[in-house]
Amino acid sequence: MTQYWFLPAALIVAAIAVSIPLSQYAAWIMEGQYRPLPVFGWIEEKLDSGPQDWKQYTAALLIFNLLLFVWGYVVLALQPIMPLNPRGLGMLAPTTIFNSVASFMTNTNLQHYSGDVHFSNFSQIFFTIANQYISAAVGFCALAAIIRAFRGEKKVGNFFVDMWRVLIYMFVPAAILSGVLFIQQGMPMTFQSTVQVNTVEPGAMGTDDKGEAKQQTLVVGPVAAVIPIKQIGTNGGGFFGANSAHPYENPSAWTNFITCLDMMIFPFTLVLMFGRMLRKMRHSIVIYGVMLTLMVGMIAWAIHYELEPNPGLTAHPTSVTYKIPSATAKGGFREIQVPSVGGLPVDQHLGNLEGKELRFGTVAGPTFAALTTAITCGAVDCAHDSLNPLTGLSPMVGMWLNCVFGGKGVGMINLLLFLIIGVFIAGQMVGRSPEYLGRKVGAREVKLAVIALLVHPLMILGPTGLFAATDWGTRAEFNPAAHGFSEITYEFTSASANNGSGFEGLGDTWGFNANPNPAPESRPWDIAAGLVMMFSRYLPIVAPIAMAAFLGMKKEAPYGLGTMRDDTMTFYFLLLGTIVILGALLFLPVAALGPLADHLGPMPFGG
Amino acid sequence: MEALKTTQTSDPNVPPPLSVPPRRSRAQALFAPELVRPALREAFVMLRPDVQWRNPVMFVVEAGAALTFLFIIQAALGMSSSQLSTGYFIALDAWLWATVLFANFATALAEARGRAQAESLRAARQDTPAWRLKGQDIVEQVLSSDLRRGDRVVVEAGQIIPGDGEIIEGIASVDESAITGESAPVIREAGGDRSGVTGGTRVLSDRIVVKITAATGESFLDRMIALVEGAVRQRTPNEIALSLVLSAFTLIFLIVVVPLWPMALNAEVYMQSYLGIAEPLKSLGTDVPTLVALLVCLIPTTIGALLAAIGIAGMDRALQANIIAKSGKAVETAGDVDTVLLDKTGTITMGNRHATEFAPIGNHTALELGRLAAMASIADDTPEGKTIVKLYYDRGGKPGDLTIPKGTEFIPFSAQTRMSGIDLPDGTVIRKGAPDAVLKFVKTQPGSAPVELQKTIDSIASQGATPLLVAEGRTIAGVVVLSDILKAGISERLERLRKMGVRSVMITGDNPLTAATIAKKAGVDDFVAECTPESKLAYIRREQAEGKLVAMVGDGTNDAPALAQADVGLAMNSGTQAAKEAGNMVDLDSNPTKLLEVVEIGKQLLMTRGALTTFSIANDVAKYFAIVPALFAGTLPWLNAMNIMHLHSPTSAILSAVIFNAIIIPLLIPIALRGVQYRPLGADALLRRNLLVWGVGGVLLPFFGIKLIDMMMVAGRMVA
Repeated sequence: MTQYWFLPAALIVAAIAVSIPLSQYAAWIMEGQYRPLPVFGWIEEKLDSGPQDWKQYTAALLIFNLLLFVWGYVVLALQPIMPLNPRGLGMLAPTTIFNSVASFMTNTNLQHYSGDVHFSNFSQIFFTIANQYISAAVGFCALAAIIRAFRGEKKVGNFFVDMWRVLIYMFVPAAILSGVLFIQQGMPMTFQSTVQVNTVEPGAMGTDDKGEAKQQTLVVGPVAAVIPIKQIGTNGGGFFGANSAHPYENPSAWTNFITCLDMMIFPFTLVLMFGRMLRKMRHSIVIYGVMLTLMVGMIAWAIHYELEPNPGLTAHPTSVTYKIPSATAKGGFREIQVPSVGGLPVDQHLGNLEGKELRFGTVAGPTFAALTTAITCGAVDCAHDSLNPLTGLSPMVGMWLNCVFGGKGVGMINLLLFLIIGVFIAGQMVGRSPEYLGRKVGAREVKLAVIALLVHPLMILGPTGLFAATDWGTRAEFNPAAHGFSEITYEFTSASANNGSGFEGLGDTWGFNANPNPAPESRPWDIAAGLVMMFSRYLPIVAPIAMAAFLGMKKEAPYGLGTMRDDTMTFYFLLLGTIVILGALLFLPVAALGPLADHLGPMPFGG
Repeated sequence: MEALKTTQTSDPNVPPPLSVPPRRSRAQALFAPELVRPALREAFVMLRPDVQWRNPVMFVVEAGAALTFLFIIQAALGMSSSQLSTGYFIALDAWLWATVLFANFATALAEARGRAQAESLRAARQDTPAWRLKGQDIVEQVLSSDLRRGDRVVVEAGQIIPGDGEIIEGIASVDESAITGESAPVIREAGGDRSGVTGGTRVLSDRIVVKITAATGESFLDRMIALVEGAVRQRTPNEIALSLVLSAFTLIFLIVVVPLWPMALNAEVYMQSYLGIAEPLKSLGTDVPTLVALLVCLIPTTIGALLAAIGIAGMDRALQANIIAKSGKAVETAGDVDTVLLDKTGTITMGNRHATEFAPIGNHTALELGRLAAMASIADDTPEGKTIVKLYYDRGGKPGDLTIPKGTEFIPFSAQTRMSGIDLPDGTVIRKGAPDAVLKFVKTQPGSAPVELQKTIDSIASQGATPLLVAEGRTIAGVVVLSDILKAGISERLERLRKMGVRSVMITGDNPLTAATIAKKAGVDDFVAECTPESKLAYIRREQAEGKLVAMVGDGTNDAPALAQADVGLAMNSGTQAAKEAGNMVDLDSNPTKLLEVVEIGKQLLMTRGALTTFSIANDVAKYFAIVPALFAGTLPWLNAMNIMHLHSPTSAILSAVIFNAIIIPLLIPIALRGVQYRPLGADALLRRNLLVWGVGGVLLPFFGIKLIDMMMVAGRMVA
């Protein structure tokens, strides 16, 4: 049994161990206490447009993202005429470009295309890599601004300087270190686009006219430049369509471990950085504990259910009868018969191996799935669509809550929303009007928190309902019934959580604009998911910054016996309870219609 | 010798002792019929949409109930495509309307209680005749309602004071029992800090001239009555923030419920094709009234229904404690107070110093010293003098020893001599007074101070007591120790404050040494000695600069700036008009320790809100387990595994949840009106306790409640 739990346990221990010193370093950098190297110092000086208040900071952030949108659109639209395109790849469908640009700008990296098929190396470098560094830093900067606002500072920093600090002093060094390790493990790093190889089994790719065995064409490129920041920046947009299940994107067990660790380190670190910068270490440890509890729970849940056999392959040898109420039927009930099904002769003692990268085994897939969704990374190393129905619940819950470490910065920000609402409601039970960080939480703050919190369910449930009831959904899903519903739900969940992982099992790829046979409903999916990503990105960043600014403007009262402590076990349970109950209230019905119905019903994976 | 007997009559200048429990004389039974009947009527009147609009949560319920009613009409006309029975719709709709009515009833009942409370006060201020001064000496009789601000009226013994005002001439004993319920009369006089009088109280003796400071309809009481009446009730900042959150939750659950319709449709369409049946397959998930029921169950109706009642009840509790708050905000702020400033005299200690010990010097015995001191005090009518005589009797002195022969001359206390005493006809001269004054007197006799005197005086002073020197002719007999007597129970109350996390600060004009001793004895956290109105104001500002909220009590005109500056300023009803205007609360009993009660009322108000909100939201978990499997029983029967309560049928499950959701409102009315009991346990322990009771309890209770209702409906054959 220990073999199953070693990987997740080692990952969590390693992430905790790294996050403690790294948080000190991150706080040191974000406080600007370092002495920059001469050239860097000069650039930093040029970037520094002076201290900004929260409105200026937010404006800078939004304008910067707008420019990022334009940049992304131009790069992708011009792919056919840009260099580094020896394969002569054409232009993607406009809706796909819109979706991809929205996706990478918002740190989502939902991919309605396949990186190795549709992107030239130019697009990979100037679109994928550029966005992965920059969009990842945006959330980080937003958190830094929120922390400074919480401290009561009128000027919450300078967006451009913050961006520079995050990129140069944190992401780049970490990415270089990971990249070197990846290259050593065999990850490609080249400007070449393809290589021709002889297959191990001659003729595996067929024979040409002369009867000679065809060579296989393998796509390569600057993979080792994409993958580190893909993980460290919790982006998740793979170089290859198969993402981290691809042998070039994840060559060995070691890279799998580092890949997982890379996505964990900054989200773990930022919680502690929050505490260090606010001088409230114990408070941030309580938050850290809540997140860790939920994360361990989700990983354990995923692994537990994935070690069960795949219900789609097992038999239920007798037919089952269900009674359903029906006014027209005799006796008020209609009976439905689900016929017996013979199992397939598959050895399932290792659990559900369907859709797994066999090099990594049964456990690595659900571990990765739970991590990549709790943290809004979205890289995958197994097919989430093929996870057992209840296992698939774990990644969905991770994205529904979206604050179990979450993305860099934004995860912590999302947690603050739950926290403010929990403090506002339950905090009054100490007999004082609610306070956070010694400041009274009033109507304005709580309004902003609720607005930010409300976007997420609206953007998931609204479109899911719309697509589930129309051809847009039913014609796109690969599996019918509850599993198909999960596919639709997952896609919008991933988009709204800015996660980017795909359950898949959806026809949502148009491909090149010239594609004669695109997936029929891919256009609505491109547009809807693109809009969801943008709404769910910016409102939950801007509203919390404003909330923190308004809260910070209030007088800070000292802690006393009568004030609620935010660094105790009681607060731990308060926060945990708030997240679990609110999360359940928002998403229990879709969980029932999707994964639970899939699991409980007689037709797993749609029968 | 009659005058020497200690009398039992209480000194009108001394506020009632602390041990008297706060009066609840006007507290009504919770569901008194005379309140319930009008409240029931009002509950129906409040169904008006424009009234409901003020409470978005209940407005949504009402809109849902109206919508469901349309479906009933549709079914009655035989136009319904639904396979559900009309009886189900009717039952559902009835309970939705009941939910709104219960909410209205809670608010109406709270208002009725508040109004009844205020009415009983207002009864005291029926129109009474008033004698208004016109010019210098001309008096005209008018009605009290005709009085304007600034009018001067004459009130004589036996007459009722026609309006709130300030005495500008004279002194009188006033019966304020109509307002305070306290039967002992109080002294009110012009010029001092006890010049304020309230309309409706009765002058018992003497004649006063009162300057009316508030025209009828504008007085504090009228303002207070307005505060508990729905129409003009201003919601407090915290209440506004909470209703915002509740509205947001309503919106969130709309977001959850509305998409369920297409989602359920998805399941229906699929299952129909899977089963290959011709007629459409229907589940409750696409039945609009059922979705309305789900929405109503999920939105925080419990707290939405009781929120107004909780606020009104908070004001009402203040009123029951005879405190008139000028705004709801003041009551709420009281719960947040970090520091309370308490005047030493009257709040922490009894109004006056008491003689507590005779410390003889030289050959004198204590009793002898006592006799001399008592002799010197016989004619002294000050409270201090009386306590000296009383102490002498307590220590075994006999009244016979205090015989005063004819021809005795009494020397009264004066600010110049700072001593008093008697000269007996036999030439014996007895003096008592401030040590330096008496010493000076003794030296003129001529006499001298014994060596141990200074030591005795110093040791008394260091205990926070005041030494009073007694001399007989040229010899110093000893020292009478005058001590501040702590009010009974004050230490416990201060301890309670500390446990609440409220810092107490004693304000006194005493020197730092005395102040420190009393502060230590009483157990206050800090003190301000040799305090002036300016230093009091400065102290408040300093605390506020640190982000703390400060409460204080005051009655004098020179307290007014500090009262206005403080976040909670409790003015004494006996105080000057300026003080009453500056503070944001007035205590009709003029009992400074009321401040502690005010803090508890504020805390209770906030706690009740938090507890019922937590409870309301925690309730939703169980409702999901009842409703979600029921919604999809027609299409996804295997979701019945989620029906962990084993409810009888889909419709009974939904009805049970709706009924539970409705009847929890009246069941919680007592808690909303009485408030969740506040215990000074410290914030963490209190939070833990309340989270367990209202959070965990809120999750668990409805599982049992819904199951019980379901079982009862099955037993009563009310469901299919």
